[in-house]
Amino acid sequence: MIGIFDDPRIATGAVSKDAPLLQVEHLTMRFGGLLAINDVSFSAAKREITAIIGPNGAGKTTVFNCLTGFYKPTTGRLTLNREGTLFYLERMEDFRISQEAHVARTFQNIRLFPAMSVLENLVVAQHNALMRASAFTFAGLFGLKRYRTAERDAVERARYWLERINLVDRADWNAGNLPYGDQRRLEIARAMCTDPVLLCLDEPAAGLNPRESLELNELLRFIRDEHGIGVLLIEHDMSVVMEISDHVIVLDYGRKIADGAPEAVRSDPTVIKAYLGEEEDEELPPEIAADLEKKTGGEA
Amino acid sequence: MAAGNVRTAEGALDLPAILKDCLMSALVVFALAAPIIGLRTIDTPGGLGIDYRFDDVALAVLAGFVGRLLVNIYWAYGGRRRPPAKVDAIKGDSFASFMKKVGLYGGPVAILFAVAMPAMPFADRYVLDVAILVLTYIMLGWGLNIVVGLAGLLDLGYVAFYAVGAYSYALIATYFGWSFWVCLPLAGVFACFFGIILGFPVLRLRGDYLAIVTLGFGEIIRVVLLNWYEFTGGPNGVSGIPRPSFFGLNFARIAPEGEQTFHQFFGLEFSSVHRIIFLYYLILALALITNFVTLRLRKLPIGRAWEALREDEIACRSLGINPTNTKLTAFAIGAMFGGFAGSFFATRQGFISPESFTFIESAVILAIVVLGGMGSQIGVVIAAIFLIGGTEVFRELEQYRMLAFGGAMVLIMVWKPRGLLAHREPTLKLPPTAKAEAKPLAGAGGAA
Amino acid sequence: MEYFVQQLINGVTLGSIYGLIAIGYTMVYGIIGMINFAHGDVFMIGAFIALISLLILGSLGLTFIPLALLIVLIVSMLMASVYGWTVERVAYRPLRGSFRLAPLISAIGMSIFLQNYVQIAQGARVKPIQPVVNGGIVVMESPSFIVTLSYMQILIVLTTLVLMAGFSYLIARTALGRQQRACEQDRRMASLLGINVDRTISLTFVMGAALAAVAGMMFVLYYGVIDFFIGFLAGVKAFTAAVLGGIGSMPGAMLGGLLIGLIETFWSAYFSIEYKDVAAFSILVLVLIFLPTGLLGKPEIEKV
Repeated sequence: MIGIFDDPRIATGAVSKDAPLLQVEHLTMRFGGLLAINDVSFSAAKREITAIIGPNGAGKTTVFNCLTGFYKPTTGRLTLNREGTLFYLERMEDFRISQEAHVARTFQNIRLFPAMSVLENLVVAQHNALMRASAFTFAGLFGLKRYRTAERDAVERARYWLERINLVDRADWNAGNLPYGDQRRLEIARAMCTDPVLLCLDEPAAGLNPRESLELNELLRFIRDEHGIGVLLIEHDMSVVMEISDHVIVLDYGRKIADGAPEAVRSDPTVIKAYLGEEEDEELPPEIAADLEKKTGGEA
Repeated sequence: MAAGNVRTAEGALDLPAILKDCLMSALVVFALAAPIIGLRTIDTPGGLGIDYRFDDVALAVLAGFVGRLLVNIYWAYGGRRRPPAKVDAIKGDSFASFMKKVGLYGGPVAILFAVAMPAMPFADRYVLDVAILVLTYIMLGWGLNIVVGLAGLLDLGYVAFYAVGAYSYALIATYFGWSFWVCLPLAGVFACFFGIILGFPVLRLRGDYLAIVTLGFGEIIRVVLLNWYEFTGGPNGVSGIPRPSFFGLNFARIAPEGEQTFHQFFGLEFSSVHRIIFLYYLILALALITNFVTLRLRKLPIGRAWEALREDEIACRSLGINPTNTKLTAFAIGAMFGGFAGSFFATRQGFISPESFTFIESAVILAIVVLGGMGSQIGVVIAAIFLIGGTEVFRELEQYRMLAFGGAMVLIMVWKPRGLLAHREPTLKLPPTAKAEAKPLAGAGGAA
Repeated sequence: MEYFVQQLINGVTLGSIYGLIAIGYTMVYGIIGMINFAHGDVFMIGAFIALISLLILGSLGLTFIPLALLIVLIVSMLMASVYGWTVERVAYRPLRGSFRLAPLISAIGMSIFLQNYVQIAQGARVKPIQPVVNGGIVVMESPSFIVTLSYMQILIVLTTLVLMAGFSYLIARTALGRQQRACEQDRRMASLLGINVDRTISLTFVMGAALAAVAGMMFVLYYGVIDFFIGFLAGVKAFTAAVLGGIGSMPGAMLGGLLIGLIETFWSAYFSIEYKDVAAFSILVLVLIFLPTGLLGKPEIEKV
């Protein structure tokens, strides 16, 4: 069933070992009249955490959706280098990006399988490996040893990640019943179970308390250092970004306005103006503030 | 009609409010009943006339008032308006925990009972007939449960595969004279093939659209069966479908030349019940095969992918699961079991016509799956016994049967939107042997 | 040529009836995102109420046809509205916010219930009546074929146009229409802004039922015969029309209704009458596969 759908458009060929893990060139995404991403180029390396930051509506999640195939970019090239094989992500269907290029992602609004158990969530993530082991269900149907071994391995891998995220005791809970912070970490663990070379995290620290935030930092560092993969991170929480990222990209209104080491970006005047200077904008113009005060005063 | 305001702020019964509420319902019932129940169109020599039946309207209004009063009393004493959803999901109320026990331990008991049933004293021909009917629906329910319950694909045209199975069996058996045991798998293969052909273009559609397209396919197949006289016999259907034999022994009273019948071979007195009992065990076996295959598939990667798709398709795609192929397997396997059930139906009836494959059949099968609790195998059994067996018992009230059926569907949904048996057991649990060192994983940086 | 024009006239008439029913589907789908499966049966009940009120007016000796028709129209709209309201109240409202298949199952149950209810209350036999509006205009004439436009057809198309205009005004200009559109966009926000969402949804069902009742009345007058089963096919075809036009769009529903009516009529006239339902269903399937947003629907971007 798989052979028929093989995609011939994936480039294979040896490339230099130092080629970046992900190379985004001239990415543009247009929704009708709205230019959500305007000619953005950047790269991400393995064993590095690359953070994409920017004010709301800057197009960060759209970049992720293009990378993971949920949107087809209007123009641009997205090249992923997996062990010397190049994948043009913009040409691949979403599920093949995970299946073949091994790019995994999490979502801004957590998308677990809420009625399935925590363990099942992690095993489903290993679907493709298990399908091969079960000879597309036939070996599994008759309970062949090959499949049983593969399933045991899958459970052990799940256990490995459960230990990492401290959820071993809740492995048989329904994922939907977990507290919010646990759900966030479970989603990351689930993505890691697909054995990715690039992990894209969409606001993983959103809604976490300070302690959970610290745990998250540790988990991400562990993923980078022990598994040697590249991490792409969208985050608003500057404590997370500045603490753990090796490389920061700043988007504003769909354009890249800065790209570099965290310290360099932090002191970049354009960034301060567009992003960190945002707080000044939040102050209301004096006439509106006065107007508001009058209104609330009048009602009270 | 602000439902549930049965008590005043102080907690006393708010009698005027209750009375007003009941009167309102009576008024609504009056408005509903007056034209349709109160004024019956009848045929008279000079064309249509009207028969006034205000006594029936009065009864309906009274029923509306009393019914609403009972609801109010229920709310006032011990009734909850709506259970707190979150707590309910985790702990389950007493009904849910009872049903959970039924779900966990009911299976073996039910199978034992089903196997022993024909030997029991009350099992006369009528009871066996009803049991065969119920088992047919259980099998159909289990087949559809793969599609709807596990994969979450709303299929309103499941009867199409039932029809394809029945017609393939009937046509192959009458044209070529092949035996039941050859035709049965063929019918399943045909239905499965149809499932793939129909499923491939439509499975990308989202829930409700899929439902209406499958309904459309179901109707197309029925209309084609109805109008393709040369091949299907049109509205006359196919008759003279061969009966199944017991490994070559048939159930006739008198054997055809050179053959033995079942009762001769086993030295029994001829009885027409033998055939019924044989059919009973045949459908029981078919249904149990469906059940075991489903239970097995559920614990395999494909089954978990079905459930994951039901839960969140976008997440599935992000994990590298091919949604179309995965849905297609569910659709095709469900169709195959529908086809098996169809060929059983054909051989049991000896006659089939498009009338047996209307939308109502699809709705009934779907109702069995959803009322039972989506994805629950034992739930399907309970719902099938309740809906098919229940309405079969009230056969004398023929015309009220489907009325009660429709009403029951609404009421059960309102009462238990997730079905009678909503509990789900995980397909695998973390084994406690945690001592074994977690294998060092080949980090993606090292090897693929 | 004459034959073609005649079919065109017949198709537009049939399409108007489908369009009126389709509006009910499209409005309900727009506001609560579910297929109101029982809508076809509300149409059928509307047809029965129209039939009964016609008979009663006839027995009372009301012979002035326009007045009789107006009374019948109002009575059937009102009575069918009660049905629409009750269906929503009993079968859908308790399930609001429940998991997505529940209201659909309940709707199918409701549809089965209503069909059998009418079958029991009114009998299973077909109900024929004498034509009420007779005569017509000869539009074209040739030796072999006469094209007529009957007064009934004019009445159907005109009524449809007037109602369409009225309802479009209601949706676009009145407070009720604004509330409806607000609920369509974001029900929770609408309720935070003080819109009575339950009431708005009820009114949507009432409006849909009223239009379906008009369609039912037209059906009785045009075909002169009804039974308890007409709701299913008409309902599915009208839903097809709503999808074809783009679900959620009122002009789309009308356009889709017209197209389905025309396609069905021409298919019966030029190909085979037996397979006319197949034609309608095939269009449904093709539209959903190749044009899932319909002709006038808004494309939706998948939110990830």
